[in-house]
Amino acid sequence: MMKLRAVRFGFSALALAALVFVLPATAADKIDPVADAKAFKKFFYDKFPKLKPEDFVNGPYSMDEGLHRQWVEKEQFPPYEFAVEAGKEMFTKPFKNGKTYEDCFPNKGIGIRQNYPYFDEKQGKVVTLELALNQCREGNGEAPYSYVRDEMASLTAYMAFTSRGKPFDIKIPNDPRALAAYEQGKEYFYTRRGQLNFSCATCHVQSPGERVRTEVLAPALGIMNAMPIYRSEWSGMGTTSRRFVTCNSQVRGVPFNPQDDEYRNVEYYLSYVANGLPISGPGARP
Amino acid sequence: MASTIRVRATNNGDITEVQALIQHPMDSGFVKDSKGEIIPAHFIQQLTFEYDGKPVFLADWGGGVSKDPYVKFAFKGGKKGDELKVSWVDNKGATDSTTAKIG
Repeated sequence: MMKLRAVRFGFSALALAALVFVLPATAADKIDPVADAKAFKKFFYDKFPKLKPEDFVNGPYSMDEGLHRQWVEKEQFPPYEFAVEAGKEMFTKPFKNGKTYEDCFPNKGIGIRQNYPYFDEKQGKVVTLELALNQCREGNGEAPYSYVRDEMASLTAYMAFTSRGKPFDIKIPNDPRALAAYEQGKEYFYTRRGQLNFSCATCHVQSPGERVRTEVLAPALGIMNAMPIYRSEWSGMGTTSRRFVTCNSQVRGVPFNPQDDEYRNVEYYLSYVANGLPISGPGARP
Repeated sequence: MASTIRVRATNNGDITEVQALIQHPMDSGFVKDSKGEIIPAHFIQQLTFEYDGKPVFLADWGGGVSKDPYVKFAFKGGKKGDELKVSWVDNKGATDSTTAKIG
């Protein structure tokens, strides 16, 4: 009798615990990245039931059949190949002090793209791969690269290339500042701006697969996995920074400076909700 | 300096299919830079693919071809393991060439 009661008690305690767990997750005012990521993925999986999760990392090429055929052909001879090669050369070439980028990164910088951006508790801010590369340069007495130009794109292209297929593994440490950065990134993503009054989500959550003029919009899910990208429109490579800046000017807003808090935080948010999806960068986009 | 040319040639029986990507600015000479100065014309004028000592594909290009051009074509003949030679000359007299094994 006693035993049965204990079991029953245990069961109801568990049910209660589950209830307690579920309730705050539905409350809108609480920051819950795990629930966010789940809901974010579910939205896209429901919107595009035919796609496999890993298809999302190929952006518009998964949304449109004609584009997909073009892409398959393009990938046999990808336009970012030169950038990957240049990046590889730069990556191992010593700085004036004899050190290389390899000395700045875990595992010599190979296969680590999926861990960026991360929250650096010492600096108290989100560190993206681009920021880490420039911090590495400055730490070794070199002038930092422009965040939107070719050198930075080549370096990140090479690092992404060595990490292909590895699932995004973005962590939010138990630090209120990290959670705040995540929340700010999320807020940025859903805030309308510019003369056109668009938020990031207007295009990339509401309308992926639709056209804006000739372009097919990419889904927000997996959009970071393909960075950096070769864009035919740019006839060149572009970094994540470049993409954010041009997105902002396209909605006729005033862009921030590359790697400002707002951009690093939104990259943190977007990468986090894509956790588990494989790195596909460097990508080619129309 | 690494080669500016990437080639892949595959033979499937009678036909050899060739794809090439060439790294070149292909400046038309009509574009201005951010300071308002003309970027001088700099483009590939002739592109040649040679197989067995004979040209199988010749292209006379100008400034209208886009940056980092991509070429795809097929020719009759060609054998697996044979070599295909690719070369280009631009309007400044610069040149590059490479050979690829047909696979």
